[in-house]
Amino acid sequence: MIDAKDKSSIIQMFHVHKHYGSKKALIDINLNVSKNEFLFISGPSGAGKSTLLRLLYLGEPVSEGQVLVDGMNLSRISKKRIPLLRRKFGIIFQDYKLISTKTVFDNVALVLEASGKKRKFIEKKVRSVLRTVGIEQRINVLPHSLSGGEQQRVAVARAVVGVPKIILADEPTGSLDSDSADIILNLLKGFHTHGGTVIVATHDKELIRKAGRRTLYLKQGRMLGPTPI
Amino acid sequence: MATYYHRAVKDIKDNGFLSAVTIITIALSILIVSAFALFFTNANNVMNYWEKGIKIMAYLKPGISQKNFPDIKLKIQGIYGIQNVNFISKEEAFERLKEQMKRQSSILMDLNENPLPDAFEISMIASSQSCEKVEEIATKIESLPSIEDVEYGQKWLERFTNIFDLFRLAGYAMGGILFMAAVFIVANTIRLVIYTRREEIKIMRLVGASEKFIRVPFYIESIIQGTLGGIIGIAALFIIFKLISSNVEHGFKYELLNIKFLSPEFYCGIILCSMFVGWLGCYISLKQFLKA
Repeated sequence: MIDAKDKSSIIQMFHVHKHYGSKKALIDINLNVSKNEFLFISGPSGAGKSTLLRLLYLGEPVSEGQVLVDGMNLSRISKKRIPLLRRKFGIIFQDYKLISTKTVFDNVALVLEASGKKRKFIEKKVRSVLRTVGIEQRINVLPHSLSGGEQQRVAVARAVVGVPKIILADEPTGSLDSDSADIILNLLKGFHTHGGTVIVATHDKELIRKAGRRTLYLKQGRMLGPTPI
Repeated sequence: MATYYHRAVKDIKDNGFLSAVTIITIALSILIVSAFALFFTNANNVMNYWEKGIKIMAYLKPGISQKNFPDIKLKIQGIYGIQNVNFISKEEAFERLKEQMKRQSSILMDLNENPLPDAFEISMIASSQSCEKVEEIATKIESLPSIEDVEYGQKWLERFTNIFDLFRLAGYAMGGILFMAAVFIVANTIRLVIYTRREEIKIMRLVGASEKFIRVPFYIESIIQGTLGGIIGIAALFIIFKLISSNVEHGFKYELLNIKFLSPEFYCGIILCSMFVGWLGCYISLKQFLKA
């Protein structure tokens, strides 16, 4: 049973359903994610992992049920406060979603500019984060001249630069070789070590095995509990 | 605000090709609209020049003594709308006629006496040069006892006024249509540009950018593009105007063809309009796009 007043929770989902017309993407999802938890959501393609993540940052609304994120009830949130909700997250997409006309620096700096940080601070912070993810030497290049692994590192840098409370990673190693996948996993672990909450949606069993964290299994839109690895 | 401005300038540089397309589209639209405005204002000036040339000739009855002329002149000058009254004696009128006829002046040699009457040549103030006003003044002059007849080219004046009114009306309509076409073209170009940047807007939203953070640089960008497009359009028109007017002035040195470029107030107004059109195009496109 999930307690709505549980202060140790950062994300709670209560009987959440999501359907597109007659197609049911998520069915009666109940989820409790504690602060500073590292959680995997696993399951085959089309199980509803990405949909579940999108509901958390209001990429789309729930059809039924309630979602609470760090004290915000998403069914009551006004349109104006959606940016505030999204600043609680750092999101890593499978297809990176980097702006093709902007340099690595500008892509990462965007998050800090959007939250109204000063130019000097942005300059310093972005350089430091890019150094951490090991891509500082590529600071002035456009995304298309980076490899897949490098682009994903930029995406990680963008996700962590604003020091969000939660990182959502949707298949972060989906198109990467195992070395690049290890780098990404270590970066996520580093964020978690510093007190952040991480939720990774993946079907990569190797990644889940290496991380050794709590994993929930989704199948055909239903939450089946711990994954049977 | 400075941050938004810097972002807008950076976005213009980052999206160089798209920005160039927008600026060129605005420049071409401004060139077409302002070329029409230039033609219209110059044609208007020519028309006004012609209109200023409208005069009333008041012919005196035969046998009126010369000592009465100043009196009559005063009476004419007393009518509202009269600017200048010039006496033309019958001798002077005869000399003018001879000069105008030149080759046929021998016909006049056979005349025993000067058949022309003494007359007053009357010009009107600007506000009294319409067909109705001229007719009204002419009737008043004609009612004076010493005046036999007045002439002011009634039929020609009526036709001229009609053509002039039609020209003005057509000018305003054409100007309005061209302006709307320019707004439509610019708005659609900006819309296409914003459409190609939809992924960027989507990403900005996902990383927590507010609507203001997304919109304001786009507005500044479109105002900058509008200003640059307006300046380029006007500059191109000025160059074309200089090339054409130097050729025309070589051929004609008449006041009638003293064509002038748009006044600074006018082209500043066009540049302001261009800025507004850029902003409007952006506003409409963003409103539709962000709603979706």
